[in-house]
Parts: sequence; structure tokens; C-alpha cells
Amino acid sequence: MLYRENGQFKTTYRTDQQIFPIVQDKVVILGLIALAVFAVPMLAPEYLFRAILIPFLILSLAAIGLNILVGYCGQISLGTGGFMAVGAYMAYNAFVRIDGMPVIVAILLGGLSATIVGVLFGIPSLRIKGLYLAVATLAAQFFTDWAFLRIKWFTNDSSSGSVSVSGINVLGFAIETPAQKYLLCLAFVIVFALLAKNLVRSNIGREWMAIRDMDVAAAVIGIRPVYAKLTAFAVSSFIVGVAGALWGFVHLGSWEPAAFSVDRSFQLLFMVIIGGLGSIMGSFFGAAFIVILPIILDSLPQRLGIPIDTALASHLTFMIFGGLIVFFLIVEPHGIARLWSTAKEKLRLWPFPH
Amino acid sequence: MKLKSLALTAALIAAGTSALVTAPAAFAQAKEQFFPLLVYRTGPYAPNGTPWANGKQDYIKMINARDGGVNGVKLVFEECETGYATDKGVECYERLKSKGATVIDPQATGITFALTDKVPADKIPLVTMGYGLAASQDGGVFKWNFPLMGSYWTAADILIQHLGKQNGGLDKLKGKKIALVYHDSPFGKEPIPLLQERSKSHGFELQMIPVTAPGVEQKSAWLQVRQSRPDYVLLWGWGVMNSTALKEAQATGFPRDKMYGVWWSGAEPDVKDVGDGAKGYNALALNGSGTDAKVIQDIMKHVHEKGQGTGPKDEVGSVLYMRGVVMQAMMIEAMRRAQDRFAKGKVITGEQMRWGLENLSLDAKQLDKLGLTGVIRPVSTSCLDHMGSTWARVQTWDGKKWGFSSDWYQADEQILKPMVKAAADKYAGEKKLTRRTPADCQS
Repeated sequence: MLYRENGQFKTTYRTDQQIFPIVQDKVVILGLIALAVFAVPMLAPEYLFRAILIPFLILSLAAIGLNILVGYCGQISLGTGGFMAVGAYMAYNAFVRIDGMPVIVAILLGGLSATIVGVLFGIPSLRIKGLYLAVATLAAQFFTDWAFLRIKWFTNDSSSGSVSVSGINVLGFAIETPAQKYLLCLAFVIVFALLAKNLVRSNIGREWMAIRDMDVAAAVIGIRPVYAKLTAFAVSSFIVGVAGALWGFVHLGSWEPAAFSVDRSFQLLFMVIIGGLGSIMGSFFGAAFIVILPIILDSLPQRLGIPIDTALASHLTFMIFGGLIVFFLIVEPHGIARLWSTAKEKLRLWPFPH
Repeated sequence: MKLKSLALTAALIAAGTSALVTAPAAFAQAKEQFFPLLVYRTGPYAPNGTPWANGKQDYIKMINARDGGVNGVKLVFEECETGYATDKGVECYERLKSKGATVIDPQATGITFALTDKVPADKIPLVTMGYGLAASQDGGVFKWNFPLMGSYWTAADILIQHLGKQNGGLDKLKGKKIALVYHDSPFGKEPIPLLQERSKSHGFELQMIPVTAPGVEQKSAWLQVRQSRPDYVLLWGWGVMNSTALKEAQATGFPRDKMYGVWWSGAEPDVKDVGDGAKGYNALALNGSGTDAKVIQDIMKHVHEKGQGTGPKDEVGSVLYMRGVVMQAMMIEAMRRAQDRFAKGKVITGEQMRWGLENLSLDAKQLDKLGLTGVIRPVSTSCLDHMGSTWARVQTWDGKKWGFSSDWYQADEQILKPMVKAAADKYAGEKKLTRRTPADCQS
């Protein structure tokens, strides 16, 4: 009833090519962004920022990056945690080694370093495909784990191998309170989500998708697999690297390589699969599912006042969470993003479905 | 999927989220001091984390049952499962902070590092008894950190002193080969600078053998041990890594009585499964164990015999259980001290708790009152020394129980002090902090 596009005529190509061609969609998304930018910083308690919103935003960003590679270009990667680590550690090095380095530039440099490493480890994708590529990218994960544990230069000769960053400020504003950190992350996420959305709608995005759907056919119609695959690796690992730098700088403040272990890679891959392969929106859904749901489940017995053993609560969380993953994958193998679009389809017809 | 079920899902998610946002209000009741307990009862570190967590909980229960709290202030607690993971630990910290935490003990070195930057702003003292950041002993820079009773530097120092004594003098260590088999994380890497320092001055060769966390796979590490045949192995492990290392040592044929663990590698869960294979294995003891101490008998009487015990009865008095008890006792004594100074019989704040921790003075008489005689040595902290005591002993596993095999040692101040100061100054330089002024120390 409310959600209907009747009467919205597209008279130019430009209007037809908008990200959100339906007015209601646009209003809702802009409203959400306005809510996130203006209302949330004033209303949310500190716990919500530090424990939920900031990790959610940063991991959404990483999931967007991974989705470009896995969802749009069809190259399975298990090296995401490693690329995040490259972003975080190189941003750290840029930040502490060069005097007066602005944080934003350091974070972007971290992203650039991740790009280089990502492209390097993407080269095997020209020869190997599918699960074999997953194994090859796993090498990236283990290599970076090793490098940041062993090569002292990367950790600025810290004796414990743990590095930390403090006193970050952006354009003269000190980023100290949780709300400021949240806004910084939000700014990064909005910019990169928009960039990613536009990239996947452009010619290069279509090249990626062609490679994903059938690389031989794509090569036949004149798409260079080398170029398409390596750009996907580059863009993906850039975004992932930036997310890694944010994870270190903004969320943890002090970290060790274990923060970017292979578990992180799997976690991100699950986000992308559960959220929806080949969907920017799905990356957010996936991140919300994987980051927020366990926290809710975990704290539920406490909040409902049920006295329950901590270990049991934690085991229950794992069981329910695992069950939900299976449930969602059975009900909708294409991820939560597909549920979202199904819901929108139904809403268009509602309340007269026939 | 029908619209109805979609709507249902959405409603469920909304309900869950709102529960998440609105809940932390019901806690701030009068006359209750809240203790957050970060624990890990699941995962590869659970065998060691569980008795530790149980000891802390039982001590709180005992104080409530025996004394009715501290000067009438009841002690309440809530656990949060971290699984030893840093990001989960940060989440737990934030969750329990919002419920009025005035002191935090993260029980993991990685989480300690992450929280060290956060606690000064939140004004919550960070207590890391026997672990954490070695440099944080320097209270002049680390105002909010309290590595009570020892750090990995004091542990490494004491182990080397002990090895020297075994050989008839530290100078006899010259030419010996000592291997450090360590958990490849900040926890395992912390002792390295001190060992290097000692190796330089005594002329022993230090070989470093990392083990990837969590340490279930150690074949290559022990292959290295077999090839290089060190005279001693120092074991810096936690959780499953310890028992695995002992099994590997058995398989490699490395004599267990030449193996020395840190105090996190010297508890019952580490050796029990290995049984006779661990016979002769030595480890540091930060605290005594056994059921003789009065505090344990009180816990038995007031908690376990009333069916209120957190864990099984037979773990009461084990090494890590006792460590949990001691740790909780330290925090509660700090709270008592702060109450005496600021507000007797009232709930104290994080800042007051910090003062209490900084001015702990538990002499032999006090320890006797607490029932901790024979468990620990007197502890006395100050503005400049947030550790309070560096005493530890060596204990040996005889196949059935841990028994002390050395006298008390104290870490060598002459080596430790300059290193701590240099490390603290480096930290202050990186963070652009200034040392606390003497006036700040007075307050």
C-alpha cells in the first residue's frame, strides 16, 4: 500500500540508473543514515557504541570488501583476516614511524598496503579456481600471521608483539569518546559502501560478475580475466585493509596478530554467505547476524533473570546460533539479503497479493 | 517464506535489540559492591580458567556468608564468558562496566593489553595478579594497572636464580643452553627481554622456541628441543599447551626434572592427564595450595557445606582455585582499605578502589586474619610499586600432588628496576604521557 512505485516515471537514463530507483527506498535509506548520524550518537549508551555498533560497522566494512571478491567476482578467499592484519599493522607503522602522520592517511596507507599484498596473493587465482583458490588464499592468512609474529620491524620492536595506538585525531578533532569513534567508523562505512555499490554497478563490476558466472565465456566476449580478477582482489583487499586498520585503531586500540587470526577470516566468510553473496546490503545483514546475535543470546539469560551457569550459557549460545545458521541457510540459501528483497516484492503487492 | 513469518522474525529481532538497549538499569542498588568476573569456562583454556573462576566466586560467597560483606556492604558479582578472546573480552568489559564495575581482572594477557588503554578514561583499576604487562609495575606511568605479586619478568628472573642455585652459582650457568618453549602471544613473549638480559650477564645461551596458540600442535617445537638438546627447558604455556608439552617431552625423552614452568604452567589440570609422565616436572608457585589454609576451611564451612559451592568440592584448594581466592581477596582488601579511608560501610568508586589497591599493606598479621598464612608472603604496594611483592617458590609434581621444592625467592631488583623503568618510560613516550607528580602520589 505504502510501498508502491505506481506513478514514479523515469524520464531520463539518469533517474533510471539510480541506486534506489524507488522513492520509498531512498527515503528509508536516507532516514536510516540520518538516524545513524544524528540520533544514535545522542541517544545510545556507551555499551552500545563500544561493544556493538563499532564492531558491527567495522566488520560490515570488511564484509563489503570480501563480498566484492567472493560475491561479485566469485573468487573464494580465506585470507581476509590476513589482509585485515596487513591493513592494521601497516597503518600502525605509518602512524608511529612518520611524525605528524594524520590518522586518516595512515588508515588509507594501511589499505593500500593490503591492496599490494592482496594482488600478490591474487595472482594464483589466474590459474587455480574454487576451493583450490581458497586453500591458496589460506596461505596469505598463515603468511601474515607468521610475519607479524616474527618480523620485529612490523611491531616497532615491541617486546611482547602487541602494538597499540592512542591519541588519534582527525582534522584537529580528538577522537576520544565512543560516539566520536562511532562517527568516524560510520563515515568510513558510508563512503566505502557507496563506492562499492557504484563500482559493482559500473562496467568493472559487470566484468567481475561475468567472470564469476563463467570465466571462459567472459574471456570469449573480451573481458580480460587477469585484469578483472586482480582488480577484484585489489579493491576487496583495500576495503578489507581499511577495515583492519579501523579494527586496530578504533575498536581495540591495542592488538596482537591473534586479533586477525584465521577465525576472523572464517567469520567474515560466514557473514558474506549468510548475509547474501553479491549484495552490499547483505554484508550489513551478515555482520549484524554474526556480531550482534551471539551477544544478545549470550546476555539473554542474565537479562531475563534466569540463573544459569556461565559455561552453559556460552554453550547454549553456540548451539542456538549454529541452529539459526542452519535454519537460515535451509530457508533461504541465498542469504538474508534475498529474504529482504522477497519481503520487498511482497510488500509491493500487499495487501492485495492476487 | 511468508510475510507473516518475516514479520515474526523482524519482531523477534526488534525485541532482542530493545532488551539489549534497555536492561542495564536494575543494578545500582544501595550497599552492594559489584565485582565483574571475566572468565573462560569454555575453549582450550577452560581446564585452567574454570578452577580459577570458581575460586574467585567462592571467596565472594564466603565473605558474604561469614562476614555479611565488607562492613555491611554486600558483594555482588556477574560473570561474563570471554573464551580468552580479546574482542570478546572487550565486549564483556563494556557490558560489566555499564553495571557499575569498580575493578577489573581480565584473566588474559591479550585482554589486559587492550584494556590498559581504556581503563584510565573509565577510572577502573585493572588488576592482573601474576600476569599482564611487566612494565606496569611502575605506578608512576601506569596509574591504573596493578600486576600484583609478580609479572612475567619476576617469574623469569626467579627461574634463572633457581637454575643458578641448582648449579651452585649463577656464574656456573655460563655455557649452558636454556630453551624457552613459549605460547606465541604477548603472554609468552613477555619474559624474553628479561631472559635476554640475564643471558647476556651470565653467558648462557638462550634458545627461543615458539608454539602457535593454543598449543595443541607442538611436534616441531619438540623436534627442535631434541635437535639442540638444551640443558633446561622453560615452559611458558597456558591451558592445553602445558599438558601437551609434557606429553611431547615424554615422547621426546627430555627429562621432566629439567623442565621449569611459569606459575601458569604449574597447576593440577596441566599434569593430571600426564600422570607419571609429568613426575619431576617443576613449576613456579605464586601461591601455596592445599586445604590446610584457614581461608579454604572457611570456604568449605560457609559455602561448600551449605551446597553453595560454584564448582566440585575436590578442586577446592587446588593451585589455580587458590589463585582465584588470593586474587579476589586482594581486591576485597583493597576495597576494605578504601572504605577505611573514604567511606566506611559505603559502596566505593573506581577511583577509591584504585587508592586502596595502591595502598595495600598486608603484613603477616593481616594475612593471618585473612587465613592466607602460608599461602602468600606479605604484600605492600605503593605509588611507585604496583606489584607489592615479588616472592615465589618452586614446586615439583610427584605424580600425585604439587610439593614445594625450594625456598622463597625474590626477583633481583637490580636487574628488574632499570628494565621496568625503561619500558615504562618507552610506553609513556609512545603514549605522550607524563610521569605522575609526587603530589599525585600523595592523593
